Amino acid sequence: MTGGPVIPEFGRGSDCVRENHAFCWGWVQDNWSGLLWPRLVEHVQLTAIAVSIGFVIAFAAALLAYRFGWFETPFGTFSALLYTIPSLALFQLLVPITGLTVTTVEIALVSYTLLILFRNILSGLRGTPPEVLEAARGMGLTRMQTLLRVELPLALPAIVAGIRIATVTTISLATVAAFVLPQGLGQPILGGLRTFFQTKFIAAGLLAVALAIVADAALVLVQRALTPWVRVKRVQ
Amino acid sequence: MSARRQAVEIDFDHATKVYPGRPAPAVDELTLTIPAGEICCLVGPSGGGKTTAMKLVNRLVELTSGDVRIDGESVTSLDPTELRRGIGYVIQQVGLFPHLTVAENVATVPRLLGWPRGRIRTRVDELLDLVDLPAVDYRSRYAAQLSGGERQRVGLARALAADPPVLLMDEPFGALDPITRTRLQNALLELHEAVPKTIVFVTHDIDEAILLGDRIAILHEGGVLAQYDTPDAILARPANEFVARFVGADRGLKRLSLLRLGEVELEPVDGADGLPELDAGTTLRDAVSAMLTEGVSSVVVVSEGRPAGTLTLARLTQLLGEA
Repeated sequence: MTGGPVIPEFGRGSDCVRENHAFCWGWVQDNWSGLLWPRLVEHVQLTAIAVSIGFVIAFAAALLAYRFGWFETPFGTFSALLYTIPSLALFQLLVPITGLTVTTVEIALVSYTLLILFRNILSGLRGTPPEVLEAARGMGLTRMQTLLRVELPLALPAIVAGIRIATVTTISLATVAAFVLPQGLGQPILGGLRTFFQTKFIAAGLLAVALAIVADAALVLVQRALTPWVRVKRVQ
Repeated sequence: MSARRQAVEIDFDHATKVYPGRPAPAVDELTLTIPAGEICCLVGPSGGGKTTAMKLVNRLVELTSGDVRIDGESVTSLDPTELRRGIGYVIQQVGLFPHLTVAENVATVPRLLGWPRGRIRTRVDELLDLVDLPAVDYRSRYAAQLSGGERQRVGLARALAADPPVLLMDEPFGALDPITRTRLQNALLELHEAVPKTIVFVTHDIDEAILLGDRIAILHEGGVLAQYDTPDAILARPANEFVARFVGADRGLKRLSLLRLGEVELEPVDGADGLPELDAGTTLRDAVSAMLTEGVSSVVVVSEGRPAGTLTLARLTQLLGEA
């Protein structure tokens, strides 16, 4: 940033920028590689880490709850409780413990994915038709084989649906992380709001929305590829 | 064709099942022997324990006391999953795996048994042809793309995949429309002719049991065996009031449906003008129906296009009395 303008992010200081018009395309072009793209990449990272860790925890919990029914209520209650905590409050609560770090952000983001993922994975597993389970048992599949070859594949649509909601929610929530860490698209949004520079927070906000839409569409494609049987034309 | 395994005998020896928390047994001291290669139909009212009795064979239900032996070996001596892979299992709702193709469904047990790919492929095509679903058309379909009858054909093919000597069928045709059901019943009989298996067939439909069973076991409420015999013997001599009521007041007619015109001794043809002519493959029951419809007391039996003899009502009555 050495040798840049007084307020570096205002770029070359075109008329549009100086008069703070609704949206200055030129500013976006000037700041794409230096500001917006790196923040977008960070945003993707924050989201991917949160959804991945959330998925691993929720998946393990759902398997436990599927096998041992009693586990559903405690974990369900726990994840629902986490879900109800306002995100700003959760960040503030965590800062004294884990500091202004990525860890703080990820703990919060992961917390919000658990409820959705847990519920979806569990209901997906429980959605296996009873006659399919009976046939599997009758043919001599072990419990593990039934889980891996029958129950999990059949739960895929519900699982991917859960991942879609969790991903979109996390992309939106990760902007709030800027209160803790100058990372992700939340950082330019916050910066834009503080300096009343409209183009900055509109551009960053639009990028977050676009990212959510692209991620959702990509997951739909993944699901279609993984579950070809869902889309076949039905008889009768 | 893969090497055929011999059909085997199934032996229920005082087999008893008491479900925990229930005072009365579901199956009570069931003792019967199903000879190798025969179809045994378990029939009875609901609560008669017929499905429970069947599930004792593949240990989907565990015995409380007594024993079930397949080919002389107690089912309890084997690991349950091991045991089940050697027993074909067909249920009413079929239970095809919706995420797998027809070919993959049929290949389930061979895959569990670790057959090589090529052998599985050949076997799947062979089985689909056996159940009248051309492999080329059906191999890659999903269950959602099949009619009810086609699904049960695939279910049957899947049960036969590893050529098990024993087949358990739990009301397999109960959810099908009458035309499809008749077709599948006949398909099963043809199949049994071609590939003899010892089949335990559960049904609540006595007519189905009479049609399919080499032997019928009628179970009472509480899982007590009321009678175990051939269809003809049960219809001719019901062991008690319960069996007589269960097989129905029309048991005489039902017996007639067991016999075909070509199988009985006929009288010579003389002056048979105007009498209905029936093929030798017609059942005696349909012959009686024809007599009643036409208002005559005899019919002419035609075999390979030529009159083979006549059957009179008097002769029929005599036949029924002989049993």
